[in-house]
Amino acid sequence: MAEIIKRNKALSVNPLKASQPVGGTLATLGFDRAMPMLHGSQGCTAFAKVFFVRHFREPIPLQTTAMDQSSSVMGADENVIEGIKAIAEKSNPTLIVVLTTGLAETQGADVHRNLKEFREQYPQFDHIAVVMVNTPDFTGCVETGYAATVYEIIKVLVPNASEAGTKPNNRPRQVNVLVSPMLTSGDLEALRDTIEQFNLRPVFVPNISDSLDGSLTEDDFSPVTIGGTPISELKTLGDATATLVIGASLQKSGELLYEKTGVPTYQFDHLYGLQASDDLILTLANISQQPVPERIERQRSQLQDAMLDTHFMLGQLRVAIAADPDQLNAFSHLLTGMGAEIVAAVTTAHTPVLANMPVKQIKIGDLEDLELLAKEHKAQLLIGNSHAVASAERLGIPILRAGFPLYDLIGGYQKTWVGYRGSRQALFDLANLVINFAHEEIEVYHSIYSQKFDAAQHHACSPSCH
Amino acid sequence: MKTSKDIAELLDEPACEHNKKEKSGCAKPKPGSTAGGCAFDGAQIALLPIADVAHLVHGSIACAGSSWDNRGTRSSGSQLYQIGMTTDLTEQDVIMGRSEKRLFHSIKQAIDSYNPPAVFVYNTCVPALVGDDINAICKSAAERYGVPVIPIDCAGFYGTKNLGNRIAGDAMVNHVIGTREPQPQPQHPNYKIHDVNLIGEYNIAGEFWQVLPLLDEMGLRVLCTLSGDARFHEVQTMHRAEVNMMVCSKAMVNVARKLQKEYGTPWFEGSFYGISDTSQALRDFAKNLNDADLVERTEKIIAREEVRIHAALEPWKARLKGKRVLLFTGGVKSWSVISALQDLGMVVVATGTKKSTEEDKARIRELMGEEAMMIEDGSPKALLKCVRDYNVDILIAGGRNMYTALKAKIPFLDINQEREFGYEGYQGMLELVRQLSLTIESPVWEAVRAPAPWKSTSPPPPFEGGRLTREVNHG
Repeated sequence: MAEIIKRNKALSVNPLKASQPVGGTLATLGFDRAMPMLHGSQGCTAFAKVFFVRHFREPIPLQTTAMDQSSSVMGADENVIEGIKAIAEKSNPTLIVVLTTGLAETQGADVHRNLKEFREQYPQFDHIAVVMVNTPDFTGCVETGYAATVYEIIKVLVPNASEAGTKPNNRPRQVNVLVSPMLTSGDLEALRDTIEQFNLRPVFVPNISDSLDGSLTEDDFSPVTIGGTPISELKTLGDATATLVIGASLQKSGELLYEKTGVPTYQFDHLYGLQASDDLILTLANISQQPVPERIERQRSQLQDAMLDTHFMLGQLRVAIAADPDQLNAFSHLLTGMGAEIVAAVTTAHTPVLANMPVKQIKIGDLEDLELLAKEHKAQLLIGNSHAVASAERLGIPILRAGFPLYDLIGGYQKTWVGYRGSRQALFDLANLVINFAHEEIEVYHSIYSQKFDAAQHHACSPSCH
Repeated sequence: MKTSKDIAELLDEPACEHNKKEKSGCAKPKPGSTAGGCAFDGAQIALLPIADVAHLVHGSIACAGSSWDNRGTRSSGSQLYQIGMTTDLTEQDVIMGRSEKRLFHSIKQAIDSYNPPAVFVYNTCVPALVGDDINAICKSAAERYGVPVIPIDCAGFYGTKNLGNRIAGDAMVNHVIGTREPQPQPQHPNYKIHDVNLIGEYNIAGEFWQVLPLLDEMGLRVLCTLSGDARFHEVQTMHRAEVNMMVCSKAMVNVARKLQKEYGTPWFEGSFYGISDTSQALRDFAKNLNDADLVERTEKIIAREEVRIHAALEPWKARLKGKRVLLFTGGVKSWSVISALQDLGMVVVATGTKKSTEEDKARIRELMGEEAMMIEDGSPKALLKCVRDYNVDILIAGGRNMYTALKAKIPFLDINQEREFGYEGYQGMLELVRQLSLTIESPVWEAVRAPAPWKSTSPPPPFEGGRLTREVNHG
């Protein structure tokens, strides 16, 4: 049972957290021909856009309702309606998601009413799905904004079984997979591969591996997303044989989907490490009624071998982690399962998953908190996003980059962490970071009678520090 | 190439207890059933820690290519020893007889690029076989470039790793030791300073730095540790020591014996592994130096250090008490480690004795009782059988057995020279307990021993319709 320490200082220094609208944007970008629009001032969108452009190194479709001074004071209903109309006219999307910001929420915007008005005024755009999500940035984090968006999209776009006539197992090979933002495009590809080995067809909701995986297309420019979960696919979720929910943050979305469709639902908090991967494979074997393929069993034993090889480096290793709750939980289980100790755990929002983490204390805080905790508890390794690199440098310890954003790690957006193979590579990466210098080196001692005379001219520096 | 007479002379080591026995560490290797390194391996390992020397391997790539930079030894200054150098002989060199020429140019290049105080040239099988005269090349290169170039004639086919150690020691005695005088001895107002050497101390992971401060405190000036963290000019002065300590292994016992013969330097054997051995080694220094004042001061240091380390180890004892150990050591003396483990309340159920002398075995019986299980057969199969038969919690052995143990899913501690942790001295015991508990207490053992859930004997729960949402608790 982890003790959760809430924010207890006025100033946030070196923030870890990114906003809910950023999370909502990410979720939206996982749908085909979609356009997220932040209901706020221009800056809200510009910053979010830069955030993702740097992370994915891709053009990012993202619009704004461009609230100005007068609409902020007098009401911005028109901005929302005009904004939706403009996107509908210009970009021919299949989905527009309007995400509110702190500004709009503070102002008292009612975006759901705005949508009604839009539908009344512009029936010619009825074929375009529009979803409104409340994602003020004064609460939550990327993960909660993402979860709220997935929830709203299911609520609006997945029909109830009673109305649509869907029936579980109508499509006996289809498996719905709700995925948390901790899963990268590489994770989704690995997951697809695994599920397909059981002769099942996954439908990811959302699916950034089809839109933000860094592939080149025929068209040189698209104003909307060029891939992702097709909106039409959402109507089939009720016919699937099962739903997998990956990530504790999507539990509510999973429950909603179950209520609407009655499709059997399996919840996984994460897919890092042996036990979590075992749970997934066992579930897939049960769903498909097929034996576990040999290839997967091979990968399982490879992971076990990697666990043995790396436990020397990772055992008793003091680790500091800064991440959104789902990923913090995943890394904590992966590392404590290897005998490491999480001496500093900092996260961005208070969510239910935190309570059962194998960590003494969790701080809802920033990278300064992380740095201080890591220093106090003599952390030997840091896990965090690119912003935490400077912290690691000041602490003089290595860092494993994970989370959002990763702007100084080419291809970081597609690194695979999940399953037997992903976990194996993650263990290798962790062990490689510490193999040469996380353990306490014996300090060089110069005898008072020494006749070596060369200590000053050579810096005792191991090759690993270059 | 060494003549068979040279080799026979090296094999005859009167200071080694194995010398007259049929089953000697230097016995001929058996085709098809031999593990362990060759003479080149042994010579290189013995000398590579000399930090400021250019270590140049004369041979085709297999010799240096797969052996350079694989030691855990540390230097407090020059890092030149970490640079791998080899003549990397080609087919053309061998066929056309150009390998001597290539060696001569290689020596020049090493000197031009790295300006070392000396170059050590290690001879290997191919040039030895084609008849390169490395003694002559080294001599003329030294004359031409004004830098000592020391031939270490250690072709692999001469014999075992152990022989290689002796070849290395022999080269030091014949070419290096006695070629320079140490700085004048410093004075201390309260006591006399003594000059000493340590032979066979490799400073793995810097572990000797946990002992050296105590020697400083005793007033012992270490002229040279052969060869951990040593410098070429330190080796040159080794003949001036008042006493030599042979650390742990007999690998370079010929150096101690020859220094005694030529310079009359007494020597003793000792080890810095474990509390009692460390104390004993410090006592032996004092005793051999015939200095009553030093004996008295040494006892005070020992008493202080033992109290300190016993207090520091106390919290670890509860965690390790009663754990069953199978000890399989090579160079490190088994009995030395046994007492260290028993100090911690651990149970040593069996120990390897392949390299132990009769005297060692007697001490082992003394420590473990008459029923002490001694393992002569160090094959992976025999080790694993013993692990299972004796319900062993942890295998302690050299690195080459490590992955055998891991594949069998048995906790393992590496105490070989490739390890990254230093266990010497009083302080080293703390690192030892930390590493022992790290692997014994690791949660990975349970995880990797459990069968895959779909392979467990109970059939998997049948798939049922309806709501199966569940919290997967990865505790």
